[in-house]
Amino acid sequence: MIQAILFVIMIIGGTALLSWPLGRYLSWAMDPSAGQGRPNRVTAAFQTIGGTATTQMQDWKRYVLSLLGFNVVMFVVCFALLAFQHDLPLNPDGRQALEGSLIFNTTSSFVANTNLQHYSGEVAMSYLSQLAALMWLQFVSAAVGLAALAALARGLAGRQLGNFFIDVQRATFLVLLPLALVVAILLLFTGVPMTFQGAAVATTLEGVQQTIARGPVAAFVAIKQLGTNGGGFFGPNSTHPLENPTFWSNVLQTVSILIIPMGCVWMFGRIIGRMKHAAVLFTVMLILMGARITGAIGFESEPTHAFASLPVTQDVGNLEGKELRFGSAAGPVWAVVTTSTSNGSVNAMHDSLNPLTGLMPMIGMWLNEDFGGVGVGMINMFLYIVVGVFIAGMMIGRTPEYLGWRVEAKEVKFAMMGLLSHGFFILVGTAIFAATPWGTATLNNIGPHGFSEILYEFSSAAANNGSGFEGLGDNTVAWNIATGAVMLLARFIPIILPLAIVGSLSAKRRATESSGTLSVEDGTFAGMLTVTVVIVGALTFFPAATLGPIAEHVMFMK
Amino acid sequence: MEFFLSSIRIACATMLVCVGGYTSVVWAVGAAVTPQTAQGSLITTLDGRVIGSRQVAQAFTQPHYFWPRPSAVDYNAAAAGGSNKSPTSTDLTDRASKTIAAFGATPENPLPADLAAASGAGLDPHITERAARYQAERIARARNVPVSVVNTLIDRSAVSPGGVLTPDRLVNVLEINLALDNVAIR
Repeated sequence: MIQAILFVIMIIGGTALLSWPLGRYLSWAMDPSAGQGRPNRVTAAFQTIGGTATTQMQDWKRYVLSLLGFNVVMFVVCFALLAFQHDLPLNPDGRQALEGSLIFNTTSSFVANTNLQHYSGEVAMSYLSQLAALMWLQFVSAAVGLAALAALARGLAGRQLGNFFIDVQRATFLVLLPLALVVAILLLFTGVPMTFQGAAVATTLEGVQQTIARGPVAAFVAIKQLGTNGGGFFGPNSTHPLENPTFWSNVLQTVSILIIPMGCVWMFGRIIGRMKHAAVLFTVMLILMGARITGAIGFESEPTHAFASLPVTQDVGNLEGKELRFGSAAGPVWAVVTTSTSNGSVNAMHDSLNPLTGLMPMIGMWLNEDFGGVGVGMINMFLYIVVGVFIAGMMIGRTPEYLGWRVEAKEVKFAMMGLLSHGFFILVGTAIFAATPWGTATLNNIGPHGFSEILYEFSSAAANNGSGFEGLGDNTVAWNIATGAVMLLARFIPIILPLAIVGSLSAKRRATESSGTLSVEDGTFAGMLTVTVVIVGALTFFPAATLGPIAEHVMFMK
Repeated sequence: MEFFLSSIRIACATMLVCVGGYTSVVWAVGAAVTPQTAQGSLITTLDGRVIGSRQVAQAFTQPHYFWPRPSAVDYNAAAAGGSNKSPTSTDLTDRASKTIAAFGATPENPLPADLAAASGAGLDPHITERAARYQAERIARARNVPVSVVNTLIDRSAVSPGGVLTPDRLVNVLEINLALDNVAIR
């Protein structure tokens, strides 16, 4: 238990400390000319690369249109590369053509920064598909999220939003690229492969042939973690010993998952010029995530129920689906961290987590804001803030305000639409698939756990997470199309609506904050926000949770 | 229209730098600094035959070798995966019963839990020190050596993967089996 506590403090505390200087760097990289109109040399270079559309400031509509236009290009390039992978180079193991609905699902998934994978990397993808289609999107889709947050923050600071094409380049070249390079090289030292040779064929000590898939893994894994992408090079993701070979590679990857989402909160605070407010948000997020980590470690220390009646030692926790080299706390900690941040990589099989442990990642995806995906996590939190200050304002009978902007019916409607769409996609999707063979014919477990597999899959798609209860046989046309569509809608609705809110706010006159204004920097606000998150976010899903993980726990674990 | 033009130009630039440039640099560093692990940590015999990867479990079923943890994919390192069964599933009870029979575990001498549970990728190269000691007697008998020989080998092979943060020591199955074969030759 002492080791588990030390492990959590090292990972979470260490990353929180590192996120502070990173936040400073992020705001420098994403928002260098705060307030001044003159472009610096770097911006000038990005204008040269990007061409004419990069030179003028954009209002929220033009910013959103640019963002969508870029995503269309991302989609087309990835779709084409995947569709023709069998004719393209860098395919030493001779990977074949992919089925159409799988290409749609995979492309949507990586465009939407989700990385839900209905294929297994080492079975289905050529090295070119892995790198030029999937890894490329892991860079630029994360950059899109960071750009959107920078624009949102500038708008709230009362400035112009900026230019999407400049922001996305800043995020790619100044933030993600250098960080990925550092992490990839560190991963090499922990023993992650980086080769363009095809699979190795071994003859084992007992004389059996074993084909060992490998590839350019280190480069891929670094950006997979940093960009809250989560898509593995190999099918079983970071449980695979070549994707995550040691205790220390696991520590490095866990930190990489969390660091940018944490830094985003500080970047937000710096751009709006309210670091105390950012500290309050950071604390709320840390508490919500910490509660789930505590729960997960506790629930997972229960031994595997299926072995209870057998002559198997019962003094270690549940080891099904886990690797030994990471230590006992690493699985539950990662399960929470990866779903808190919409990353979705795994270092243990979530399908084989104890029932209530499996509920913790689901709650993380339902809330999807502490700390959330790169850029978009903080944007989701902004939606909760809008609703929170509105409720608080109603309770004390004052005009709701946020940072001096008057929050009125229109903004709250947009925020609620954003938040409720999340529940709509998850619950309606789950209901349809639980009632039809589209879902029921694809299950790997019976009873409430089978229901959990469906619920998890839609939660993962709607949260742009990408992890799964992977026993689900999800490579079917129905799953591919349904989750593909959900991922795209759930990606762009919560980016467009907040920017629309900011557009609507900044058309108003900004009030100066006075002693009568509801403070956003104290414990009352923190409490109000937490309550809003829990009531709006979690309670929506409580009935579904009782049918899945809670029912399974009551039936078996007692 | 100009949105698309700018998007295409930026797509090309990011493709060039983040896929072309970045991958080449990481590959070059790997080839120069960690050539062995960059190729997948392969173990070869003196005459160049590949035996396996020290990071990847392979099947062992003969009594004179240490056996790894169960694998849901039968140690297929070209299509790895876990069982993805709920810990409450009776399928796991059935699978573990077979493993227990193979090891001959009894209520008085229960099987260490890591030998009953399959790993996430089905390729976990390690077993716990306890699981290694559990197999020492069988191996000693099969090889016709004193059990102390096997235990000494376990002492030498067992390491804590995370130092003080992971008190349970682990043994790499392929490496200790290679060491076993070397002892037998001597």
